Amino acid sequence: MRSSYIVSAAATAVGEHYARSLSDLASEAVRNAFAALPEVSPERVGALFVANAMGETLASQGQLGAYLANAVGLRGVPALRVEAAGASGGVAMHQAAQAIATGQCDLVVVLGAEKVTDRLEGALEAALALHTDTEAEAIHGLTLTSQWALLMRRYMHEYNHGLEAFAPFPVNAHANAAKNPQALYRFAINADKYRKAGMVASPLNMLDCSSVADGAACVILAAESLARELPGPLIRLAGTAIATDTPSLGARRNPLDLEAARASAHVALGRAHMGLSNVQVFELSDPHGIAAVLALESIGYYERGEAPRHAADGSIAPSGRTPLATAGGYKARGDIVGASGVYQVVELVRQLRGEAGPTQVAEARVGLAQTLGGIGATAATAVIVAE
Amino acid sequence: MEIARHWRQRAARYRLQGQRHRETGEVRFPAQPPAIGEDPTVWEAVDLSGRGELYSFSVLRQGPDGYEGLVPYPVGMVRLEEGPLVAAQLTDCAEADLAIGQSVEMVTRQLLDTGEDNVLVYGYKFRPVLV
Repeated sequence: MRSSYIVSAAATAVGEHYARSLSDLASEAVRNAFAALPEVSPERVGALFVANAMGETLASQGQLGAYLANAVGLRGVPALRVEAAGASGGVAMHQAAQAIATGQCDLVVVLGAEKVTDRLEGALEAALALHTDTEAEAIHGLTLTSQWALLMRRYMHEYNHGLEAFAPFPVNAHANAAKNPQALYRFAINADKYRKAGMVASPLNMLDCSSVADGAACVILAAESLARELPGPLIRLAGTAIATDTPSLGARRNPLDLEAARASAHVALGRAHMGLSNVQVFELSDPHGIAAVLALESIGYYERGEAPRHAADGSIAPSGRTPLATAGGYKARGDIVGASGVYQVVELVRQLRGEAGPTQVAEARVGLAQTLGGIGATAATAVIVAE
Repeated sequence: MEIARHWRQRAARYRLQGQRHRETGEVRFPAQPPAIGEDPTVWEAVDLSGRGELYSFSVLRQGPDGYEGLVPYPVGMVRLEEGPLVAAQLTDCAEADLAIGQSVEMVTRQLLDTGEDNVLVYGYKFRPVLV
């Protein structure tokens, strides 16, 4: 099996890009990624993997492999769309790494792209609810947000936490996003504002809910022989893994345990010959504080019920033990649904190259990115290492 | 609205019909296809009691299309006395009436208003047990 290296990474600003189409956004991300890699001709691209979750439901476009290959100037290249709800980007990274590992390709482009703001809130909630088990959950009016809310209330009950225990997650996300020019929400919030925010799906309030927005991100992967010919630091996609769980929350042994999150993290770390203690910077599916809490506890970083206390002690800040959401996370960078996993990798590459500016994690060499589809029905993890 | 899709679900939606394992007695809801290699007759249909306790709850203030007329509405997960954990709307209650662990019971109510096929979709919801 051959190793994959990340030789370029770029993204558009996350936002409500009313004047720009899916093609426009995708094109910008890919052009910027190739602009940073002048040594490599796009003609060498062996495959394009498009990560997208909402093409049919919100962007009125299918067959996104061919459609976006054409839009970004890669006409004729083998291309396909990867769909695994919010985990699409992470799954696409895994598939792209496999294409290199097997020797099928030497140069692969991963493109995450979403266009969601052409439709109003109700259509967005309905489209996202298709990422649950629709007969068991969505037909009853449950949304993804309400499912996280159900888990949050249960967690508060089982571990005796109040609402304020979750404030450190969005506070950290916003503090970091305020320093990220590409973030959706570039302003700070505080625990007092969190306490006073109106409810969206109790106990989740407005300051504990991400906003879904438009954007595109591009990562270019190369086989080791090609990567070593290029200037710049060697950033290795050291391990990737996908795991699945029941789409229906009710069918799980313990809904507070994200089994797929744990399985994919452990397999990806194993493939990278790393342990959790080696990871210096995290990107997680964190549309709500509870999502980060359950992921950190399910993968085994913190004991059950303990993640909020560690977050309150500053462990998730760029200077802490488990720096999280250094570009703002889903909450404040914005939730780009199927593209989120590619945005995560763009941020980890910035960190591992030491280019993260005011949110730089000191001496970061190992990063872990994990995306969830639905409430962890799919989990995809990537472990990235600076050599 | 897809008429056949809702018709297929009628046993679960109207009677809370799940499955019981003939040998172990395990009950599951909703019904599932048999596992690979499993005798397809080992799971028999069984109507559940509809009684259980509230595992968790939330009140939604942003609903999906089709539910906008209900907002705000409470949803919950209910641990049925036979074992399965079921997600559904809660009804006949205010948020202040709800607490994890309280006893609830199934009622049949309208889930969705008529869609383009003029189907009224009915199904189970849960309400606090009247004492």
